[in-house]
Amino acid sequence: MPKLPGMLVGLGVTAKTFIKTVFPDGPLAPPAPSKGAHTVQYPHVKEAPPERARGVIALHHDNCTACMLCARECPDWCIYIEGHKELAPPRRAGGKPRQKNKLDRFDIDFALCMYCGICVEVCPFDALFWSPEFEFSEMKIADLLHDKGRLADWMETVPEYPAYEAGAEVKIKKLPSPSS
Amino acid sequence: MNPLISSFLAINPPYWVDTLAKIGIGLVAVLLPTGALVYLFLFKMMSFMQSRLGPMETGPYGQLQLLAEFGKFLQKEDIFPSKADRFVFAAAPFVVLVSTFMLVLVLPGGPDTHFVDLNTGIYFAMAVSSVSVIGILMAGWGSNSKYSLLGGIRAAGQLIAYELPLVLSVVGVVIMAGTLNMKGIVAAQADFGVWFIIPQIIGFFIFMVAVQAELTQPPFDMPVAESELVTGYLTEYSGMRFLLFFIGEFATAAVFSAIGATLFLGGWTVPFVDINAEIMDYIGPLVLAAKMVFIAFLIFWFRITYPRFREDQLQRLAWKFLIPLSLFNIVVTAIFKVVF
Amino acid sequence: MTTDINAEFDITNNEQLRYIAAQAADARVNVELETEGMTLNIGPQHPATHGTLRIVARLDGEQVISAEPIMGYMHRGYEKLTEVRTYPQVTTLINRIDWVGSFANEVPFILAAEELMEVEAPPRAQYIRTALFEMGRIANIMLFLGDMAVQLGGVTAIFYAFRDREFVLNQIESATGGRFHPNFNRIGGVKDDLPAGWIKETKSSMQKVRDFCDEMEDLVVGNEIFQARCRGVGIIPADVAMAYGLSGANLRGSGVDWDLRRDADSPLAWKDLDWKVWTHPDGDSFSRYWVRLQETREATYMVEQLLDGLPAGPVMAKVPRIIKVPAGESYVQTENPLGAMGYYVVSKGELTPFRVKIRTASFSNMSISPWLLEGVLVPDIATILASLYFILGDIDR
Repeated sequence: MPKLPGMLVGLGVTAKTFIKTVFPDGPLAPPAPSKGAHTVQYPHVKEAPPERARGVIALHHDNCTACMLCARECPDWCIYIEGHKELAPPRRAGGKPRQKNKLDRFDIDFALCMYCGICVEVCPFDALFWSPEFEFSEMKIADLLHDKGRLADWMETVPEYPAYEAGAEVKIKKLPSPSS
Repeated sequence: MNPLISSFLAINPPYWVDTLAKIGIGLVAVLLPTGALVYLFLFKMMSFMQSRLGPMETGPYGQLQLLAEFGKFLQKEDIFPSKADRFVFAAAPFVVLVSTFMLVLVLPGGPDTHFVDLNTGIYFAMAVSSVSVIGILMAGWGSNSKYSLLGGIRAAGQLIAYELPLVLSVVGVVIMAGTLNMKGIVAAQADFGVWFIIPQIIGFFIFMVAVQAELTQPPFDMPVAESELVTGYLTEYSGMRFLLFFIGEFATAAVFSAIGATLFLGGWTVPFVDINAEIMDYIGPLVLAAKMVFIAFLIFWFRITYPRFREDQLQRLAWKFLIPLSLFNIVVTAIFKVVF
Repeated sequence: MTTDINAEFDITNNEQLRYIAAQAADARVNVELETEGMTLNIGPQHPATHGTLRIVARLDGEQVISAEPIMGYMHRGYEKLTEVRTYPQVTTLINRIDWVGSFANEVPFILAAEELMEVEAPPRAQYIRTALFEMGRIANIMLFLGDMAVQLGGVTAIFYAFRDREFVLNQIESATGGRFHPNFNRIGGVKDDLPAGWIKETKSSMQKVRDFCDEMEDLVVGNEIFQARCRGVGIIPADVAMAYGLSGANLRGSGVDWDLRRDADSPLAWKDLDWKVWTHPDGDSFSRYWVRLQETREATYMVEQLLDGLPAGPVMAKVPRIIKVPAGESYVQTENPLGAMGYYVVSKGELTPFRVKIRTASFSNMSISPWLLEGVLVPDIATILASLYFILGDIDR
């Protein structure tokens, strides 16, 4: 078979894509470009990011002891933590009151954050988590400094850790139970 | 007295009403197909060929997007470069647009539906279409920008080079029809039995290539090559003046498609219907529009698919391939005309 | 291969004659018509430079008499910044060097640090690294395959590239959490194991990439206009390419069979695979495009082989929680999507590196442009720059 000129083949490629986009269910079905196109109409239709997506950092503040590890390990130092010590009632009756670190302020400046995930990784008490939530834009850049209340709200959107591929030896971690 | 007006209103209007009506209908005849082509092909077909949807938010399936674009351009500041030649810079888009509007004049939409019925219709069209070169050169020179200058000069070289194959490809049709009158050409196709695209397939091919180059559409968009010249002669334009260039470009696409439909696809005629039937005055323009859309579809399909030629390559294509081919076409056509 | 110091003046007669003709034309025009050539500033803000590269071109009509790239508009000082970041923090910075194939940026640095610490990642981690490395390459070069056509005026190819690249990026994201900045390598392994179902989905996305390559062959490579624009434009002979320190597909496009994945002794899993290094003898823009296209297709087969042969086991070696790299120096370079990328890490036993020198491929690849752009036409500037394929972050770092 003689070779078709490349320019005709090229026209065929675009025509094929056109047909695939307009008639995703075959040429006899009614045209449905919204289905055939690879783009989604964002505010109306949303794509679900994968579970591991680094969207926003969520804080489980019962677990946080204000140990400052995350703030120190952050490559651009965008985590601001303040805390104080207070006495908590003893675990058993008659025991000594426990000393507990109480978290006063936990702000992350998402305008500076590079979404590297080091803070989540270094946290020794499982207080920080990644949430795939991505819709937290603000009109002013200063408003991207989110406080611990806002960070705690995102805990609800944190998905369970997914299972691993066969052959993995890593243990699947568990999310902490929701704070009271 | 214009048969167009009188046939619709069944009155004989005074001269000034007639003229105003002609201007209004002319505006509609230029802007409506332009908008339709931009929406159908540039917005939608291009998007579908690229696996996306194109504008969807303004109106159902983005049908009002053009109005939104129009409003956007109207609001923008009319920027003059500081050392621009102000008059030349300001006048350039109008020169381009005027040549487009004058092209519409000779298009017949039916046996009695036309603006003017020139005996030298196609000759006039070919002559007037070259005027836009002046506008583009003015834009390139007046902008006082190196990109614009390079773009303007490239455009001038290209448009002049492709003017020749365009005219020569039409000559084949004129020989077959034996007239320069556009309506005469349409009538000749009806007499001949088949549309001229069949006997004049080489001419049609040359016409399409030359039109593509005249419109500076890919693969002949070297004058506005955005990857090296930003947007060529349009670089410094903004707001309304840019919009005028934009309308000029796509209106010319529409008009050339209509001319192509008239010359090669039988104009307003439909097979097996008498071309002088009164009904053709009303459905003729629609038939012509449908044929125009088909030719525009080809133009935009090439535009979407192909990369662009280099300046020297497209000159070589014009002078060494298209012009000899069209001369050959003329000779062959003439021989057949004489022999049969 | 030997290199001649005067290589640029006796490569092919054609090149030399063109250069002399350009010089003569300029002189003649200047003297006889009392006109002068035109200096065209392409960039720093210009659609052809996809970033902030500036090229000062001296023109005679449409012909370039001389062209000089001016780099550094996007210098972000990463070499200096790494001196005040701990080793785990550095990977998040160097992700941003070549931002379209960023997984590959981390690997040489981590390998250099591992060499200093004398730890070796377990085989499963090496396989995952290599697979993601090759996927980074695919994501990077797919962008090139579309972008080259856009530089030549064909708008559609880039949309196909973005469309099908999305499948690869989604897979990178679902494994690492980041689409562009994975930050997945750790000293001693990778951060996490693969999620369930990932291998299957990745294989189907590799199939889509191969379909895309076929589509590009039909739409771009086979197109006569594309060939007319690329063939014979920007010819780099092999010895000149070696002399300018070109690497990656630019070098292989000149017919030099040199690929660090095969030629260097690397702990990554390339040695276990069955694959081929593609070269093209022409050395023009077309051959560079063709080589990259074949490499993308080859990389998809490599990813599939890696996923089929993925060994079981841990993904992290035993490393201390606080990483202090013992004093010493090491240089590791790998075959990144853009070419050879190397990190020279000097450690004094601290938490942070003492000095890091980053060798990026684009910087060397760009350095040939004054030689290459001499005597070409203005439209060829776009062709040649696109075919050299640089990422601005990779030039300026």
